[in-house]
This record gives sequence, structure tokens and C-alpha cells, in this order.
Amino acid sequence: MSYETTTHIVPDAHDRDQVKRIWKTFWILLILTVAELSLGLSIYTIHKGADPNQFLVLIFKGIVCILTLAKAFYIISIFMHLGDEIRNLIMTIAVPATLFIWFIVAFLYDGNSWKNLRNTDAGSHPSTEHVQQHTAPAMEKGAKD
Amino acid sequence: METALAQPKTKLWSGGRSPFNVSYGKLMMWYFLMSDSFTFGAFLISYGTIRFSVNAWADPNHVFNAFPFTGHTNLPLAFVSLMTFILIMSSVTMVLAVHDGHNMNRKGVEKWLFFTILGGLAFLGCQAWEWTHLITGRHEVLVDGVLQQWGTTVSHNPWGPHVEYNGQAVATPGPIAFGGYFFGITGFHGFHVFSGVVINAIMLVKTRLGHFEQRGHYEMIEKAGLYWHFVDLVWVFVFLCFYLI
Repeated sequence: MSYETTTHIVPDAHDRDQVKRIWKTFWILLILTVAELSLGLSIYTIHKGADPNQFLVLIFKGIVCILTLAKAFYIISIFMHLGDEIRNLIMTIAVPATLFIWFIVAFLYDGNSWKNLRNTDAGSHPSTEHVQQHTAPAMEKGAKD
Repeated sequence: METALAQPKTKLWSGGRSPFNVSYGKLMMWYFLMSDSFTFGAFLISYGTIRFSVNAWADPNHVFNAFPFTGHTNLPLAFVSLMTFILIMSSVTMVLAVHDGHNMNRKGVEKWLFFTILGGLAFLGCQAWEWTHLITGRHEVLVDGVLQQWGTTVSHNPWGPHVEYNGQAVATPGPIAFGGYFFGITGFHGFHVFSGVVINAIMLVKTRLGHFEQRGHYEMIEKAGLYWHFVDLVWVFVFLCFYLI
């Protein structure tokens, strides 16, 4: 009799903990989203001003990115239960995902380079003319051979 | 020393048990989702690259400032917040369905799956409204010295930088890539939501028919749940890249 009651009570307590954890995660996600929204609206208000502080906007955008990563962590770890899996499985997901670090840095850097080329007339400023002077004789030599 | 190190490894990988302590189907769902995250990542990073490469981009607070039944009231971020809330809510109901599946509680699985499907449909409805509003809502643009009325489509972007025209500030055409990226990425995500709703609907039917009860476990609900949470996860990043920054 007493054995039966304990087997029924223990899963129930665990059960309630699980449900509690799910709702706790929901509130965390909601609070993070509200924080992101208030930062987004602050950026909007800063932009409306006469002289927008670009540095402050950049900081706010950075904070929003970090909050988004926190949200992603909670969704993957708690909702998708990856945090409850064994370490080896977590690593086969987490290690390939680190490719994104290179991916984002390299491509945004590339985009920025394109912007610089665009704003300097595709690089056809004096510095490039200097390079062309060097290549021209080299081509002449090749023609003689 | 060497044998002491090799001992746990042979136990883990020599067969007879799952080295990752999960079923084949669940593991493959994880790897599929990882590959899908790289597809979404490629789209979003491509968008970021183009956005970095131009001098002016559409300000999301001006493009996405409408809310249904409020006319032209300026409500930046409001509608997309509602969409985000709907998707987070449906993620919670999905995880509760998975939880009830663990407890072999068929009625609970049915109830929470139903709410999840409802959330997915609500999100799709919101997206349909937003797309319609963007495509059909006309805005004044100065094109080659002539004022025109443009909607936001894959070929027209009326959200470029403002210039002085007849003593008034008028918008010029913005980078054409804006519409393509916005409709392409939110459309690809919307398609994931749609297929998630279809998968969840099939799961609901199978639960009602008692298929999982006969099988003795609700693991299919877990796999569908992984997919659904992934859709929510992607939205978190779409929300960040298109609406917040």
C-alpha cells in the first residue's frame, strides 16, 4: 500500500516541476521579447530626433542581438529538450553550429567591402591608377615574348 | 591506462544500444533541423550582406507600422509583436502536448495539439494580412522626376531616401533587393509554418485514432514538436533581422 502511494506521488511531483519549468521558460521568453521591443522602439525614437546618436543605436542593436541569442538558447534547451540529452548529442549539434560565427563575420565584412567600393567609384581612384602603371609594362614584356 | 580509456567507448559504440540515447528518427530530425538552420542562415546572411553593401535601407519602423482595423495610425512593431507572441504561445502549447504524450495522456495531447494548430493558423492569417497590406498599400515615390504610387513588391521598393521635390520631402526608389529578401525569407518561413500546421494536424488525427496509444509511446509528437519549435526559433531570428535592427 505504502509502496503504491510513493510510486504515484514521485512522478506527479516530477510532472509538476516539468510543467512549471515550461511556463517559467514562457515568461522568460515573453520578458526578453518585451525588452527587445522596448529597445526597438527606443531606436525608433532616437532616429526621429534631429541628431540621431549612431553609436547609441549600434549599442541598442547589439543588445537586441544578445537578447535574441538568449531566446534561442531557451527555446533549444528547454522547449526542444536538447539540454536534457546526453553531452555527445549536444556537441554534434552545437559544434557544427559554430560555423555560423565565421559565416556571419565573413559575409558581413564582404558586404561592407562592397559598400566601400561603391562609395569610392568601384575603387577607380588615384591609388588604383598607380597599380595600373605597374601592370602595363608587364603586359608589354609578355607581348614581345 | 589505454584500456581504461577505451572501456567506456567500446561500451558506448559497440552496438546494442543507442550511443546518443535517442531513437534513430529523433536523431535524424535533429540533423534535418540543423541542415535547415543552415538554409535559413544562408538566406539571412545573404540579406545581411546586401544590406551592408548599400548606403540606404528601408527603415522597418516605417515599413511595418500598420495594424489591422486601425487605418493609418502609426504603430511601429505592434503587429509583428502580436505575431511573435502568437508563435511563442503555440510553442508553449506544443511542449505541453509533448509533455502529456510522455504521460500517455491522450486527451491532453489532443487538447494542446489543437491549440498549437490554432496558433499556427492565426500566425499564417497575420502574415497573409501583412503581405496584402505591403503589396497593395501604395506610397508616393519620385521616379525619374515623375511622382508615382508604388506598393512594396519584389520589383518595387518605395522606401528609398527622401529628396526635396516642389518644397516637399518625397521618397525615391530604394534597393530592389528589399522586397525579394523580405517576401522570400518570410515566405520560406511561412511555408515552414504551413507544413508544421499540416504535420500537427496529421498528428492530431493519428492521436484521435489511437495510433500512438496502440504503439505504446507518443514519440511522433516529440518529433513534430521539434519541428514546430524550430519554426518558432527561426522566427526569433527573422523578427530580429527584418523588424528590430
